[in-house]
Amino acid sequence: MEFFERFAIPHPSPAIYASMVAIVLVSIGIVAGLTYFKKWGYLWREWLTTVDHKKIGIMYLVSALLMLFRGGADAIMMRAQLSAPDMKLLDAQHYNEIFTTHGVVMIIFMAMPFIFAFMNLIVPLQIGARDVAFPRLNALSFWLFFAGAMLFNISFVIGGSPDAGWTSYFPLAGNDFSESVGTNYYMLAIQISGIGSLMTGINMCTTILKMRAPGMTLMKMPMFTWSAFIANVIIVFAFPVLTVALIMGTTDRLFATNFFTTSNGGMDMLWANFFWIWGHPEVYILILPAFGLYSEIISTFSRRNLYGYSSMVWSMVLISLLSFLVWTHHFFTMGQGALTNSIFSITTMAIAVPTGVKIFNWLFTMWKGKIRFTVPMLYSIGFIPLFTIGGVTGVMLAMSAADYQYHNTMFLVAHFHNTIIPGVVFAMLAGLTFYWPKFFGFMLNEKIGKVTFWLLTVGFVLAFFPMYITGLDGQARRMYTYSEATGFGALNMLSFVGAALMAIGFVTIVYNVYYSFKNSSRDIGSDPWDARSLEWATHTPVPEYNFARTPQISSSETFWDSKKNGHVLFKGEIEEIHMPNNSGVPFVMGIIFFIAGFSFIFALWVPAVIGLIGIFICMAMRSFEKDHGRHISVKEIKETEEKLGGAK
Amino acid sequence: MIKKWTLLTSMMALVFVLAGCEPLLVLDPKGPQAERQANDIILSIGIMSIIVVVVMAILVFILFKYRASNLPDDYEPPHIHGNKWVEIVCVGVPILIVAYLSFVSVKSNYIVESTPEGYENQEPLVIYASSSDWKWHFSYPEEGIETVNYLYIPTDRPIEFKLYSYGPITSFWIPQLGGQKYAMSDMVTTLHLAADEAGEYMGRNANFSGKGFAENTFNVTAMPQADFNDWIEEVYQTAEPITESQFEELLEPGHLGQMTFTGTHLEFSPAPEHAHNEVSDEDNNESHEHSNHENHTEDETDHSGH
Ligand code: HEM
Ligand SMILES: [Cu+2]
Ligand SMILES: [Cu+2]
Repeated sequence: MEFFERFAIPHPSPAIYASMVAIVLVSIGIVAGLTYFKKWGYLWREWLTTVDHKKIGIMYLVSALLMLFRGGADAIMMRAQLSAPDMKLLDAQHYNEIFTTHGVVMIIFMAMPFIFAFMNLIVPLQIGARDVAFPRLNALSFWLFFAGAMLFNISFVIGGSPDAGWTSYFPLAGNDFSESVGTNYYMLAIQISGIGSLMTGINMCTTILKMRAPGMTLMKMPMFTWSAFIANVIIVFAFPVLTVALIMGTTDRLFATNFFTTSNGGMDMLWANFFWIWGHPEVYILILPAFGLYSEIISTFSRRNLYGYSSMVWSMVLISLLSFLVWTHHFFTMGQGALTNSIFSITTMAIAVPTGVKIFNWLFTMWKGKIRFTVPMLYSIGFIPLFTIGGVTGVMLAMSAADYQYHNTMFLVAHFHNTIIPGVVFAMLAGLTFYWPKFFGFMLNEKIGKVTFWLLTVGFVLAFFPMYITGLDGQARRMYTYSEATGFGALNMLSFVGAALMAIGFVTIVYNVYYSFKNSSRDIGSDPWDARSLEWATHTPVPEYNFARTPQISSSETFWDSKKNGHVLFKGEIEEIHMPNNSGVPFVMGIIFFIAGFSFIFALWVPAVIGLIGIFICMAMRSFEKDHGRHISVKEIKETEEKLGGAK
Repeated sequence: MIKKWTLLTSMMALVFVLAGCEPLLVLDPKGPQAERQANDIILSIGIMSIIVVVVMAILVFILFKYRASNLPDDYEPPHIHGNKWVEIVCVGVPILIVAYLSFVSVKSNYIVESTPEGYENQEPLVIYASSSDWKWHFSYPEEGIETVNYLYIPTDRPIEFKLYSYGPITSFWIPQLGGQKYAMSDMVTTLHLAADEAGEYMGRNANFSGKGFAENTFNVTAMPQADFNDWIEEVYQTAEPITESQFEELLEPGHLGQMTFTGTHLEFSPAPEHAHNEVSDEDNNESHEHSNHENHTEDETDHSGH
């Protein structure tokens, strides 16, 4: 049957066999280890069934870091292949699969879980809540993301990876031109994790609107919570578009509908429009929480209140609106004429204004401050000039007549890495270092952290700035090779050196975790950075219920006020706390989604239908379930508080 | 004006030096459209560098002055609220810059989307450029010839490319003559270019289109009209006519060298001029006739040109 052809192992190359063996060995190792150390029960009780936002946050964090290395491996292979003309490391097909999975992994399975990690870890603490609004839905979101990520990652050993680019433009992504099951993986893996993201969006919006501590009006919310709120509003509006586009793409591939094909009335440009109506807001879903993290970090380490709080908020609101009005700048060259291009050129450039406001606000926050050069602050300082360069090249791209020359070239690649790496990735690493002590109880080593920062920054500049030049010299993006005569060789070699430095930098993060775990002091108190917002007002490690007594809010920096101006944060007696019960259903649903997704990818209808029925059974069961959660008694709370060092 | 040009040339010089002295393709324009785009690029690089330098200068100043080690131990930063004037400047200046760039951008949009400046009163040479996996087919309906993977064009004459594709979306790009535009299978897009100077230029598909994408290039040779006419003449003496079955073969995925034919595939496999709607039989005939008709009259003009 056709099925067996599609099942064929891609690229029967030693590397793929080696990865298969490695995957099997690692899996056996994990299972054996868990059994030997009798950790199955612990794993199930504490992690697989948890509905605690902090633990879910940590699971997102670990997955994001793993995916960073998966995507990074792709990146270094690509740069190696391009490091010299006529390189023979990878063939065209292999290169195409790698840049496709690199893009998808980095945006969907690395950056997204990274921001969800911070939203989960921090938002409930910053607003003084016990958990998110729908804890069990939150667990389901995570397991759907995880199922999607795992599904996507097995593609390269079973059946072949998608090879039409992370933008997956049709008709190239249709059955006629992309015959392997690769693009099916793209459609279903992103679909499954996308449903999870949409649910997180709804969950977080509800949490932030409904569960703020008494006294916290909207204009008294800490900046990270504001950024998370706006990002989640964007998610709620943007992700349904992606869901619909992916369904249409899936039916085109599996059931020969003709939405995006070019025969029988299909329109390839419809895909491009759908993709970017989701895709452009998506980049702001990533960058706004990053802006929020930078705001927290810069004001903490400048020992100053955030300058222009309300203009920060309004600029984010404006950015979120504009982000839905610019998608066409991704295909200025599709022949829509001068008028349309002019409109989208202007709306795109308009985004630079609120973005500029934010840059100035951060600068003025440092002005008259008392600046400490800690690792999180170094990332934030490095971010300002680098992101400014990324932003101004964005304005250059927005001039549509000139974009005819930049489009699809390395210049574009340089631009968006210039915004995504110092903007999003640096923010995540800064946030990781900043919040690490809160969640793990020890500080990461500052010296190693600084080495990481410099390796990444120097590596970044070397890796990406040359691309601005090769782009203007006519190097198109996504070319797996080029000839000697083009003269791109030297600058691409430089890029490879930069990428290698960055790879070393990422490895030093792992080393730092290991080193600090062994050597760092565990006696750091609950506020090691002398920070300002509410998440630092509770114990380290954070108890399950976050705050024994609900905090009383008077400003956006209530904790700072309680430290310096005698504001009383916690009033009244400790009372019984209501918490949700753990549940294995989200995890089970994740597995069922994985199986159903896999079956759809290979058109195995029987398990696919069984899987779908299983999903509906899980949902139906939930509606009949009588689970009212449980109560933590006053005595238990008092004991915990005592153990953690005095009541708060 | 002089100021602007010194700025432009010095910026160009800077970029060239950075790139190892060879002019970058995009900044080495050989036609009016590419020149307009290069000017916009240089202008925006200039303005943008000023912004970056200003931000960096403020940053370095602040970091230097307000670093903790530079301040007394008992220094407590003040609580500061916004300042109206500072905020007006921080919003106003970017708005002015963006407004100016928008103005330039809109003007350029209309320029690159119409017949190149200085060539308005000439009849453009129409060339159909279609892509297939991973080749370019160029049809000259006026001259009644077709080439594969290479393009001869006359200098000092506007050229109107009609772009479409026999497969994935591709992007037709000759950096030194002007920016790219997409070629799609269900519609025809138009790109206006012109070459001021004779010479050889690189052309390629810039939009990823599968395995053979990297090698999906073509050579462009621009030459005076007289040489161009000689070339046409020569093609008629040496090349074979293109047939439908042969053309179908050419469309098969793969790479080919350069080829030359008399006649064009437009006669039996017309371009999808009626965008996006399913073409009814009637329409189909009409467009067929239409293009035949065009061929005919243009054949005449062609002959009168000899
Ligand atoms: C100052 C604000 C920004 C402006 C004016 C801007 C402008 C643009 C434009 C015009 C393009 C399309 C270029 C082309 O296709 O030729 C583009 C592409 C892109 N931008 Fe931005 N951008 C900005 C900020 C960002 C940020 C913050 C991110 C991510 C966090 C981002 C990520 C991307 C990505 C991923 C692409 C590439 C899309 C592709 O694969 O074709 N941009 N940007
Ligand atoms: Cu965009
Ligand atoms: Cu089209």
